[in-house]
Amino acid sequence: MLARVVVNSERCKGCQICCFTCPKNILQLSTETNSKGYNPVYVQFPQKCTGCALCALMCPDVALEVWK
Amino acid sequence: MAVQHEKRVFGYPSSLTDAPFHYCPGCTHGIAHRLVAEAIDDLRLKEHTVGVASVGCSVFTYNYFNCDMQQASHGRAPAVATGIKRVSPETIVFTYQGDGDLASIGTAEIIHAAARGENITVIFINNTNFGMTGGQMAPTTLPGQKTTTTPLGRDVKKAGYPLRVCELLSALDGPAYLARVSLHSPKEVLRAKKAIRKAFETQVAGAGFSLVEVLSTCPTNWGLPPKKALEYLRDEVAKYYPLGEFRDGPREVEACSTR
Repeated sequence: MLARVVVNSERCKGCQICCFTCPKNILQLSTETNSKGYNPVYVQFPQKCTGCALCALMCPDVALEVWK
Repeated sequence: MAVQHEKRVFGYPSSLTDAPFHYCPGCTHGIAHRLVAEAIDDLRLKEHTVGVASVGCSVFTYNYFNCDMQQASHGRAPAVATGIKRVSPETIVFTYQGDGDLASIGTAEIIHAAARGENITVIFINNTNFGMTGGQMAPTTLPGQKTTTTPLGRDVKKAGYPLRVCELLSALDGPAYLARVSLHSPKEVLRAKKAIRKAFETQVAGAGFSLVEVLSTCPTNWGLPPKKALEYLRDEVAKYYPLGEFRDGPREVEACSTR
């Protein structure tokens, strides 16, 4: 079954802790900006997600939701 | 074939409000907030919990927790929590304090609240400086660590040695649960979650004072990007402040014989 990560772009501050925590390196910094002026992360390779939720566990802004 | 529905394996805890955190990018205060909220959710305490916010970066916790909150003056959160708990013993009371608040101006309050064995839970965030005011030296600043008031590194001959709050309080008979955890990796975050949950369970069981010291990063004032800040937390801070449980369960003390 596929797993997916949902990013709340308005909460994300682009600290990239999720990017280097992810064992599959599927999260990347976006070039777009949110209303606060931060570049939020987006899921670059959604098909590689295993739903381990380590990204969400380390997210300091509770901006990630994981579905499996 | 049965249709398989996807499940949410990680979501937003209901004990946090929708307000976005004001903390700097990469600051682990947010993780600590989430862990406290998850503990309140798991134990179903939201409806009868009162939190006490302190002064510092953590002052705005009253905007973020979805339970009743009170704000105490600098360092006095354990005293305010004592009042709330004694007036309303069935209420679950927790304080959320930083090291500039608890270990500096509030040292007297925390020591006496612990010595009295007040049945409250204290979440103590240790990021080794005064974060909100611009990264000045705190009592918990590591020897040799650069801050805005110690630009050449903390000189222990002038500024003395850091305060290890968990070790300090473990000398007392009052506390029922004392633990120090860190937030530098997913494994440690899970340990922190267990410790915070245990602290709340201690209070629910009426066993007495519980404190969890959470080692945290301060990327802005340490002058490090979030990844390097987590490494500094793992390699330097967690080394100076050993992790683990310092007290698990209330201590039995026999009263002396009456004359």
